[in-house]
Amino acid sequence: MEFTIDFTKEQIESIEEILQKELIDLGVQSVILMDLAGNVIVNLDSGESDHDVFSLAALAAGNYGAVSAMANIIGEQEFSLLFHKGEEESIHFSKVVDDLLLLTIFNKNVSLGFLRLKVGEAIKRIQSLI
Amino acid sequence: MALINPKKREVQVKIVYYGPGRGGKTTNLEYINRKFKKRILNEMVTVKTYGDRTLFFDFLPFDIGEIKGHSIKIQLYTVPGQVKYNATRRLVLRGVDGIVFVADSMDLRREMNIRSLQNLKENLEAFNKNMSNIPLVMQYNKRDLSDEGIPILSVDTLEKDLNSQLKAPYFSASAIRGDNVAATMKKIIALTVSSLRKKLE
Ligand SMILES: Nc1nc2c(ncn2[C@@H]2O[C@H](COP(=O)(O)OP(=O)(O)O)[C@@H](O)[C@H]2O)c(=O)[nH]1
Ligand SMILES: [Mg+2]
Repeated sequence: MEFTIDFTKEQIESIEEILQKELIDLGVQSVILMDLAGNVIVNLDSGESDHDVFSLAALAAGNYGAVSAMANIIGEQEFSLLFHKGEEESIHFSKVVDDLLLLTIFNKNVSLGFLRLKVGEAIKRIQSLI
Repeated sequence: MALINPKKREVQVKIVYYGPGRGGKTTNLEYINRKFKKRILNEMVTVKTYGDRTLFFDFLPFDIGEIKGHSIKIQLYTVPGQVKYNATRRLVLRGVDGIVFVADSMDLRREMNIRSLQNLKENLEAFNKNMSNIPLVMQYNKRDLSDEGIPILSVDTLEKDLNSQLKAPYFSASAIRGDNVAATMKKIIALTVSSLRKKLE
């Protein structure tokens, strides 16, 4: 059997620390680091929400794959920004490395620009760990 | 590509129900969802088009307890069977650990079963996987139809058409009645998890 990137306990702890400091502590409600098979690798939240993360990850993997396929059809490698805006809460997706996505759920108290900046920083730090 | 989280001691295993459109994949998951309600912590997710067909996939997470100190989370998926949805089928197959092939026993569906299995083989190859060494269970579904006088394929014929080389374990089933739905699922989980055991030592 093959595995996706194997994470050690230490790697997971370091990733959790990065996501906590860069995102949760700044007001983001929930972050999920996942692979494109729909597996949840790390999941943190601020304690305000109780989302079904496994279903979210399954749908996010499908959604990301579908949007990438759309990009290919119109001749793009990929769309760099994937963002779904809601009344109260929004979802932002970002690719970390080939097979990994970072999904963030945030509300009106966090601006998209700020979120993108922070997600970018978190991703850089995670990339250096794996 | 089961995912192991050494911190939470948790393993996520992906099992995909594959087969021709209208063969009974979604019905298998719906039955499991009802029958094992206690072990299913979240709602079944289905992405449907008008007319109740699976557009994207169905998804059902399922806890089976602990193995070697790891809690095992089974993620059951179905693919859309209709020919035109091949791109989505491929997406769902990404990272698959085990497959149930749900064949339709109706006489009329003979060609469609064969084509769907061929399509599975090709889609696995796109991920550098070989159908003959991935855990696989065959399910010959809709056996109940013979009671209504609807002509169905014999198990021998289905075995010859689909399983003569693969020699995968197989079940005659009726997803609508629930016959052998749990047995099929238990078998694929057992095969898939046993291929994982070494990794968990
Ligand atoms: N008679 C009979 N009908 C079935 C059985 N399993 C599924 N069906 C019916 O076949 C149709 C397609 O089933 P569905 O689960 O949606 O197929 P899918 O496209 O493979 O997901 C539905 O009308 C089901 O009620 C079965 O075991 N026996
Ligand atoms: Mg279906």
